[in-house]
Amino acid sequence: MKVRTRSDLEKLSAEGRATLYPSRLKISVGMATCGLATGAGAVYNALCDEATARGLDLALVATGCIGYCQQEPLVDVRTPGRGRVLYARVTPDRARDLIAALVEGELPTEGALAAIPEEESLTGSEPAQGFPLLDELPFYTSQHKVILRNSGLIDPVRLEEYVARGGYQGLARALELAPQAVVDEVTCSGLRGRGGGGFPTGRKWQICRDAPGEPKYIICNGDEGDPGAYMDRTVLESDPYSIIEGMVIGGYAVGANEGYIYVRDEYPLAVERVTHAVARAEEAGLLGEDIFGSGFDFAIDVVRGAGAFVCGEETALIASIEGGMGEPRPKPPYPAIHGLWGQPTIINNVKTWASVSAILARGADWYAGIGVEGNTGTVVFSLVGKVANTGLVEVPLGLTLREMIQNIGGGGLDGKAVKAVQTGGPSGGCLPARLFHLPIDYETLTEAGSIMGSGGMVVMDEDTCMVDVARYFLKFTMDESCGKCTPCREGTRYMHSILTRIIEGEGTPDDLADLEQVATWVKGAALCGLGQTAPNPVLSTLRYFRDEYEAHVSERRCPAGVCRALIRLAIQPDLCTGCGICKRECPAGAIRGEKKEPHVIDPDLCTRCRLCHDVCPEGAIEIVR
Amino acid sequence: MPLIPQPAPLAGGALLARLHAINAEHGYLPEQELRSAADELGVPLSQLYSTASFYASFGFEPRGRHTIQVCQGTACYIRGGDKILEKLVAVLGVKPGETTDDRLFTLETVYCVGSCSMSPVIRVDGDTYGRLRADRLPRILRKYRPAEEQEA
Repeated sequence: MKVRTRSDLEKLSAEGRATLYPSRLKISVGMATCGLATGAGAVYNALCDEATARGLDLALVATGCIGYCQQEPLVDVRTPGRGRVLYARVTPDRARDLIAALVEGELPTEGALAAIPEEESLTGSEPAQGFPLLDELPFYTSQHKVILRNSGLIDPVRLEEYVARGGYQGLARALELAPQAVVDEVTCSGLRGRGGGGFPTGRKWQICRDAPGEPKYIICNGDEGDPGAYMDRTVLESDPYSIIEGMVIGGYAVGANEGYIYVRDEYPLAVERVTHAVARAEEAGLLGEDIFGSGFDFAIDVVRGAGAFVCGEETALIASIEGGMGEPRPKPPYPAIHGLWGQPTIINNVKTWASVSAILARGADWYAGIGVEGNTGTVVFSLVGKVANTGLVEVPLGLTLREMIQNIGGGGLDGKAVKAVQTGGPSGGCLPARLFHLPIDYETLTEAGSIMGSGGMVVMDEDTCMVDVARYFLKFTMDESCGKCTPCREGTRYMHSILTRIIEGEGTPDDLADLEQVATWVKGAALCGLGQTAPNPVLSTLRYFRDEYEAHVSERRCPAGVCRALIRLAIQPDLCTGCGICKRECPAGAIRGEKKEPHVIDPDLCTRCRLCHDVCPEGAIEIVR
Repeated sequence: MPLIPQPAPLAGGALLARLHAINAEHGYLPEQELRSAADELGVPLSQLYSTASFYASFGFEPRGRHTIQVCQGTACYIRGGDKILEKLVAVLGVKPGETTDDRLFTLETVYCVGSCSMSPVIRVDGDTYGRLRADRLPRILRKYRPAEEQEA
């Protein structure tokens, strides 16, 4: 069926509701990459086999990511009339027990994380009784889902389920407005680029709309390259239609009929899902020719990247689509005027497009009411690293870092004190715990020496060495520098060599001044965003954690016990039981000892990787700083 | 009118798609395939080569039967991804970028596979293994070794 009218859309929606809220038992397994990485595939098979063996009638579906990755694999059980319950950390054995209980008509409390409140208007049912509500868990209370509105709740393959949860209402409304009115709507919402730059989206669209030249293009930047971040992957995998809908709206608004979704090569499932969604949307008349019977045409191609971080920079990404090396070029002219093949082009991040479809559906005023003035709406962070609750978190702008890390994240891992948080990936900086009262918004994070970025948020504790972290990021930018401009190519290499010297215990106080000077030069002189922001990890750690640098330089000491040249490992004989685990696991074969006798480490063979320290069940291995 | 006739520009993403197709079939980019692709697409071989060599996803040497990617993204790094790598180097006897003598495994590092909440993570071919500890590695590798080798 081709969707021509709103009533056609309603028919699709009814089909979606039938599978979203079936009259029989339904079990959904979170099978985005995170779920699969922790064994969701085996859980799915166990559920399937056990249900078949016991003759249990159910709908078993794979869904996307609901965000609480710490608790994966997650299984969502919906019993008609009894609501939905989410089970956490499910193993194949637990999956079989779950089926056994369901056969008996029971909803087990063991392993249950929470009840998912259903959409009252759609199903009219009450939440499952006897379980905490999902929205009331500390991980979820401060969250506000706009971009992730469907993630983990729909089958990402099924267009009908996207429509049943309000999908394509935004496009339907946009096509009833004049294109300029659509641009105005986005402008009034206050939406800013969610890729990290924070440029007002409506203004970018206006520039492109007003720019002379035909054809114009729309690009979705899904080249999520920041290490430690996976927001875009999740949206691409879990709710691809929300992006596609946003792009069609953008095309209509600026007068473009062609678009590209550029997805990072490291995300095979995202490529697959989004490619399927493009084909399905075309089949339904929601993409391609005469969309919605409006006479407006818009086509989308999916381009798979090839493992180059710099392609996340918009001009490099454009060069990559054109078939060349992904090298950036100087701006201006900006892509909104001179983009793909020299034509006016809108390039926005995955999360920006997913926000656009919601803004058009619910109105600019609704969106502008979320967040704070000048920083409206929501942002998605991947909260990872040394934090108790890892996962994808969507919050209104203006929330403080403390609320994010302590309340949602549940504080440090294993009860350790959080020392710093890193936002913005290799372009961002490390902020110390004493600044956690700061609100999360574009300007505040920039002033503090970091950036909002695309949404990476890596928590660090007392066992993280900030000098090592700075060197890690410089190694990254050095490896990923495209080499086109000298300040970035040579500057990152130079800074990396100084940092390496420092962590090897050969730094001098002059090195710190030198590092600061070169960092400042690179920031000012590099060609593109990658180079201009590459010094941020260095400058922010020098600003907030100078004592750690000085300990390395003056005392030849790594306070966190990380830098290999400055530590040694020792087995405490009174604690060692001689179990032999460390001896077995040591990659260097540096541990000797008889069974049940205290072991010893040969310092000449030991590479100080600290693996023995991690695996020792007795805590007998000491890091001597 | 240009003095020398120019070929029509390629469709967006066409060149990358072609390189991916060759890579998927062979596991690397054999020279002969690059030559035929250059002819068919109407682009100079030098352009194809300069593009292909720019990107980390493409290589010019045959690979092992299985590719192990050790994630070195930020979350993996601070949660011990370097130790996982060190252990794999010791177990396989190859450095990142190298292939084992029996051509079974190619070891690589990758900056982030986007499974940061499960760090540290490795990916073997298409399968991602999260919440790793170095002591789980031998069992994972065993799944990819041929049956006869396991009995030996």
